[in-house]
Amino acid sequence: MSYVAIMPSEAADRVDVVVVGGGLTGLALGAALGSADIDVVVVERQSIPRLVATTYDGRVTAIARGSKLLLEAVGVWPHLAPQAQPILDIVVGEGGSPATVHYDHREVGGEPLGWIAENRHIREALLARLSTLPSVRLAAPATIAEIDRDGPQVRLGLADGRTFHAALVAAAEGKESATRAAAGIGVRRWDYEQTGIVCTLRHPRPHRGLALERFFPDGPFARLPLRGDRSSIVWALRRDRAALVTALDDRGFLGEVADRLGDELGDLALEGPRWAYPLVLVWADRYVDRRLVLVGDTARGIHPIAGQGWNLALRDVAAIAELVVDRVRLGLDPGDAAALERYAAWRRFDSLVLVAVTDGINRLFANDLLPVQMARNLGLAAVERLPVAKRFFMRHAMGLVGDLPRLMRGLPL
Amino acid sequence: MQQRAPQAPAVDPREVERFRELADRWWDPDGPMRPLHRLGPCRLGWLRDQAVRHFRRSATARTPLAGLEALDVGCGGGLVAEPLARLGARVTGIDPADDIVAAAAQHAELAGLPITYRAATTGDLVAEGRGFDLVTALEVIEHVPEPEALVGDLARLVRPGGLVVLSTLSRTWRAWLLGIVGAEYLLGWLPPGTHNWNRFVTPAELTHMLRTQGLRATALVGIAYDPAQAVFHMVRDTSVNYMLAAVRD
Repeated sequence: MSYVAIMPSEAADRVDVVVVGGGLTGLALGAALGSADIDVVVVERQSIPRLVATTYDGRVTAIARGSKLLLEAVGVWPHLAPQAQPILDIVVGEGGSPATVHYDHREVGGEPLGWIAENRHIREALLARLSTLPSVRLAAPATIAEIDRDGPQVRLGLADGRTFHAALVAAAEGKESATRAAAGIGVRRWDYEQTGIVCTLRHPRPHRGLALERFFPDGPFARLPLRGDRSSIVWALRRDRAALVTALDDRGFLGEVADRLGDELGDLALEGPRWAYPLVLVWADRYVDRRLVLVGDTARGIHPIAGQGWNLALRDVAAIAELVVDRVRLGLDPGDAAALERYAAWRRFDSLVLVAVTDGINRLFANDLLPVQMARNLGLAAVERLPVAKRFFMRHAMGLVGDLPRLMRGLPL
Repeated sequence: MQQRAPQAPAVDPREVERFRELADRWWDPDGPMRPLHRLGPCRLGWLRDQAVRHFRRSATARTPLAGLEALDVGCGGGLVAEPLARLGARVTGIDPADDIVAAAAQHAELAGLPITYRAATTGDLVAEGRGFDLVTALEVIEHVPEPEALVGDLARLVRPGGLVVLSTLSRTWRAWLLGIVGAEYLLGWLPPGTHNWNRFVTPAELTHMLRTQGLRATALVGIAYDPAQAVFHMVRDTSVNYMLAAVRD
């Protein structure tokens, strides 16, 4: 990676792919393409120091095993491994109910079920990898003035006067994407009427790699293990309840958390601030347009409950990287209609399944009616007793099922 | 066709006219050349793999054909010439129809690819004494009245140590069923009359023609359409579409 230092008057620069958005997904796409010597420029609005500041983003991300294989294959994992906490067990259950599902990593071969890492550490790891890739450039902070996709190539103009010509634009701007809107791609939205509350806790007793997900009538509550005797709390609450909880002082807030968590970790202490995000499902009507692909949350932002958001995004990354690299090595245009058609077909089904599953889980558990509650208890107990079904769900959650791109199987491009 | 036009041996004017009408729509992936677009990744993959093996280059390099001079015979709109140029070869594309060549040149210019396009026949280039490292003639031989004459010209245009790659349809009942009845009449992929079964050449016949002209066939592969995935892929069965590589020692 090199920082772009071109005089505004200089002629247009040619690259293969322009990635709009330098978040986790955009940087990962840059790393995947750059690992195969594809010329990329990643355009990000924010400055780099701001992206890796502790105050920028308190969220953590679950990394499934398939995602870890991809991060290994593109050279990011060595930078991230020291910061990533392995998940050895997952216990899923309903608050106050005896029915629980217990996922133990020993049931699927002894490898961790996944990893939890703080977003800023993932960003640092991605930036560290990009700094070793000569074909990737990062334009940040930079504002896009114009994207012209009508010609034989895309012309991208930045507000500072720099111009790039590319075969393909990949929009990885998150759920609210200006590039998607400018392309006239509509979105469907579903407001969960929930707020996601996120914070980091310190606790005297170790978590032993155990992740906990509990469903309460007012929303799901998860504790994810972090490196050091720390955990991340991801807590979705109905908006009215969330307003009350976020208004509490730290002591009152920790009391609410302890009510849901129990006391097995000892006295809880907050590390850093608390964050609150509105939970909204966003689904784009199309994933492609002329010389444009939507990636990650820009294509579909799912409910964070199952921890699959970035894993799904990395499948997009793997699919795009494979299509672009394979076509470039054949001398074909990586942004032509045939490539876009293949991408759209490849990714649509996968997304559909996960949006339906995570949305379904949340609705099921957000319901307080007695018959639904009974069905839940029976359902959870049934999954626990059927090892085959359980293994399938575990493998899917780990990102190892489906028509997988090479990178998701740990293979090189 | 009985008589040969003096400047254009190995060319059938009716075939040239038929393709000339398609000049404007050559690059439309859903247009009349749709099967060629679909076939693209598959046949280019094999062509590249043969070339990198023969010239001892890396298949994962950005420009594995750098430094090589390539000729694409029957280039049409440039569906093969452009990829070869992107892979680093210095490419000349020839086609007897001047409108098609003009459209191809315009497309390459917009893509920023330095390709030389000429409205010419193989005979013209032989007469000029030209030589190339790589000579390709994909989906061409089934459109010429005298395949032996074309193969003879290819042999004269490839330099010693060079590579010739051809692709075509075999003269079997399956090729008639899939290539003509299926692609032209049932699926409507190709305009009816695109192919004449009697001009199809079997791999054995083609291998023999090549040997007669001093070219040694080194690889043969079949191409089949997978309707479930909507893609073409390599198969052992060469009874419908096939590709053949030959070297001039």
